[in-house]
Amino acid sequence: MHAPDGFIDAPVSIAAGVVAAGGLALCLRGARRELDDRTAPLAGLVAVYVFAVQMLNFPVAGGTSGHLLGGTLAAVLVGPYTGALCVAVVLLVQGLLFADGGLTALGVNITDMSLATVLVGFPLALLLVRALPRAKGWLPVAAGIAAGISVPAASLVFVGFYALGGTTDVSLTTVAAAMVGVHVLIGIGEGLITAMTVAAILSARPDLVYLNRFRKREAAAVPAAPMVQEV
Amino acid sequence: MSGGHAHHTLYLPGTSVLHRLPAQVKLVAAVLAVLAIVAAPREQFWAFGVFAVVIVILAVTAGIPLLLIARRLLIELPFIGFALLLPFVASGERTDVLGLHLSTDGLWGAWELLATATLGVSVSILLASTTPLREVLTGLERLRMPTLIVQIMSFMIRYADVVADELRRMRIARESRGFVASNIRHWPVLGRSAGALFVRCFERGERVHLAMLSRGYTGRMPQPEGDGATMTTWGLALSLPVLFAAVSLTAAVLT
Repeated sequence: MHAPDGFIDAPVSIAAGVVAAGGLALCLRGARRELDDRTAPLAGLVAVYVFAVQMLNFPVAGGTSGHLLGGTLAAVLVGPYTGALCVAVVLLVQGLLFADGGLTALGVNITDMSLATVLVGFPLALLLVRALPRAKGWLPVAAGIAAGISVPAASLVFVGFYALGGTTDVSLTTVAAAMVGVHVLIGIGEGLITAMTVAAILSARPDLVYLNRFRKREAAAVPAAPMVQEV
Repeated sequence: MSGGHAHHTLYLPGTSVLHRLPAQVKLVAAVLAVLAIVAAPREQFWAFGVFAVVIVILAVTAGIPLLLIARRLLIELPFIGFALLLPFVASGERTDVLGLHLSTDGLWGAWELLATATLGVSVSILLASTTPLREVLTGLERLRMPTLIVQIMSFMIRYADVVADELRRMRIARESRGFVASNIRHWPVLGRSAGALFVRCFERGERVHLAMLSRGYTGRMPQPEGDGATMTTWGLALSLPVLFAAVSLTAAVLT
């Protein structure tokens, strides 16, 4: 989904840049709250992780393979603000240093792949983890479903940008159908891999899974889990 | 440490004007130049010709082999697929080309996407191949990008190779035990690898933080000094986007 230059016209690209900058500023404040003075090294290493996990190829069939996008995974592991911030930093580095994705498309790319993915994926994961039974095995399921849904949802945001500033007169339903169709398939893979990855981390270092703090508690034993405010 | 990134950076050492300009000036000039390209009306082929010629001249001045640029342009390949589809799916008037019934607007769209994406990526490649990573970060900091984001970016760049090596070692370990992922049933193993990689990355982050604290880290990194850009260098660098904007504007008036 790394859109290049010229996919979206100049005014909408600039507007998306403003949205992305505002979102990033918000994430930065939130990440400082989640990590305090450990922010720079830890968020840096999580960003490398997102970058690296995108290089881990999962074979699908007939020689094709896919890889994780990692937005919801990062949010579930380190919290929504830090997660979105890390994915955005990966996109910035790819755009500015490796010429991957257009310079003017950075705003569009950050808004849909980082902000929109986390904005859909994390609240959904939180909702599911509170709704599903308390047993530990359900947490990866919640993360997986949220990750799976966040991918086509983010692609819809891209369709929205296309509707506002697309450079070609393709009927919107065609674009939406194609984008969402492809991304539902990608989302299924993303969901499965996210669930397996979260399950593996949960069994080794449950303290490193941010979402784990919000698992349903036994009613009397512990006070209610703290509420998080979503952006 | 800085020498080890050769395989994924584009930087080509040199002494041309493009190399010597401060990074912050080049960043601003590149973004504005690409915006001017995106804004050019697609009916005026000559405008895109001017952009292309100027970019080629810049590349030659900077001593960047055109073949290298061509190879790096392959990064936009997935979008070429999309562009080639446009004439078939776009609505509006239809026309016959080589016996195919195609949409005129789709053809225009495909041309515009190919032209702007190629020119845009070329500008990014020019920027990346004449500016070392460290200077891009300093440049961003001078442009008032929040320090914390610049710090996160610098950690990411610094540890990218370390983590990529970690991933490679895990693959070698799997393969030396006779496991090669070849179909979907192998996902649980790869999922565990991805999980293990996260634990290793996070724990490395904690170690790095402790090491920084023991060296007196208080939340700020030492500031880079000197080398601010003068008005002359700004003027020199901004002449590129000004030229492109003038071409774009002329093209728009002529349309």
